[in-house]
Amino acid sequence: MRWGMRAKRNTQRTILYILVILMVIFYIFPFYWAIKSSFTADQYLFTKNITLWPQGFTFENYIKVFTERPFGLNILNSIIVAGATTIFSIIVGSFAAYAIARLKIPGKGPLMLLILAVSMFPQVSILGGLFQLLRNLGLINTYPGLIIPYIALNLPLTTWILQNFFRELPKEIEESAYIDGCSKFETLWRIVLPLSAPGLVTTGLLAFIQAWNEFLFALTFMQTPEKYTVPVAIAMFTGKTFYEVPWGQLMAASVIVTMPLVILVLVFQNRIVQGLTAGSVKG
Amino acid sequence: MKVKGTYKKSDIWLAFWLIIPTLIAIGITAFYPLGQTFYDSFFKWSLRPGFEREFVGFQNYINLFQDPRFLSSLWNTIYFTFFSVLIEFLLGLGTALILNAEFKLRGLVRAAVLIPWAIPTAVSSQMWKWMYNDQYGVISLILYNLGILEEGTPILGTPGLAMTAIIAVDVWKTTPFVALLLLAGLQIIPNELYEAARIDGASIWKQFTSITLPVLRPTIGVTLIFRTLDALRVFDIVYIMTQGAVGTETLAVYNRSLLMDNIFSPRGLFGYGSALSVVIFLIIGIFTIIYMRSLNIKLD
Repeated sequence: MRWGMRAKRNTQRTILYILVILMVIFYIFPFYWAIKSSFTADQYLFTKNITLWPQGFTFENYIKVFTERPFGLNILNSIIVAGATTIFSIIVGSFAAYAIARLKIPGKGPLMLLILAVSMFPQVSILGGLFQLLRNLGLINTYPGLIIPYIALNLPLTTWILQNFFRELPKEIEESAYIDGCSKFETLWRIVLPLSAPGLVTTGLLAFIQAWNEFLFALTFMQTPEKYTVPVAIAMFTGKTFYEVPWGQLMAASVIVTMPLVILVLVFQNRIVQGLTAGSVKG
Repeated sequence: MKVKGTYKKSDIWLAFWLIIPTLIAIGITAFYPLGQTFYDSFFKWSLRPGFEREFVGFQNYINLFQDPRFLSSLWNTIYFTFFSVLIEFLLGLGTALILNAEFKLRGLVRAAVLIPWAIPTAVSSQMWKWMYNDQYGVISLILYNLGILEEGTPILGTPGLAMTAIIAVDVWKTTPFVALLLLAGLQIIPNELYEAARIDGASIWKQFTSITLPVLRPTIGVTLIFRTLDALRVFDIVYIMTQGAVGTETLAVYNRSLLMDNIFSPRGLFGYGSALSVVIFLIIGIFTIIYMRSLNIKLD
């Protein structure tokens, strides 16, 4: 009887571990395959043999990706755009979030609804209007032309997560600061924001990832290869002729831009999960 | 109901200054362009220099519903949404249940699961396009070798197959997100419930259907909403993998093509494209309202 129980338990354990392994393979394999292909020399890449390790191991693809195309610039563009978007959406979003979470004002519900409604807008539905607006302002193919729309795309989530976060801070701290003669704005700037550092990091990460990954606006508003952000550069990857895709280089480029994200995810996974679930489960 | 007198004037002013930057930002880059698109949809209009706006009333909308390309992209979008969300939900639930069990290196496995979610969609589309390559792609080669596909069949060039391949990429990319949301829901179920059920002799399946699923229901609802709304807007994967060829064109892909490929066209298709933008907006809007009603979501 006891032996039977233990055997059953062991079988269950074994099945669980097999499932875990299968699951990890499913989620990791495409990324692994990209890494493997990026280190494979062309003569081995374009064969019909399947090998799990790179043959003719080479760094050539990683060198060529920077020498044969403006990929370095593309990365810089993405860093500038995603960085500026993150900073501005956190500053602007935290102001609004504080007002909604902490100040006694009428109409909070409708205000939050108005802001959240933007997250429902299909990007393609505002593409035409936005394109004309940016064109009239001379912002097509410029950084602000991408940063400004990205801030608006990010504000709903930023405001929502931060106002949830502010609500959970103990009120007493703010009240004592207020009694000590701080104005409410000073309280926000000097006390609340520093205390909210973990919440700011979470929202910042999500805003950065969203801006770093965005494709439709970047594809439409950035029109020369020197101005492309990373996703557009990768989507538009071509070789000497249109039909000849340099897959090795393309995979090297993919690995380069994915690595920082993978590291961010590994380091901040708890924060990211918190942010995502706060943004959704409570919504 | 609060009485007006309980609000402090200084609070209201501060709130006004704190909120106004957000309102200006979303006003300029979301609401104003939406209004512009709505306005343009009633005109024959092009960005061609010197093009005269011509008011056509609802003609663009009437034409749209007689446009076979619109109807097929509508169908493709529904097909994509239904299957991708269904499969993502089932796989996501499986993943969440596994991640909720106790095993060694669980933290690391959870991080590994998150990786597809963090990869830019444009990048993951290219990674999969390489695996689908009809000469050297690993997935194609395996399917040829197993005899499932005839040697040389281009996965992304075959009607039906191409859409399945696109759905597979979306499933891979988005299941982690679904799994995480469901996992968060699973973790609030107290262990005592399961212990009590076990003492009563309930099987694992019985525990799943009578404890896990009912408690998880609100989370499942929210997750499905998020995913459906996202899937209905799908653009990146389709644009990069097939550009909408062989019966894979979705609404967003057709919409961008109408707006941007004919942007300076003398035929004035920008207004027509704007009409499609409005229709997409309405479809998403209706879904959102139905969902919010059915889940009884309240803000504040």
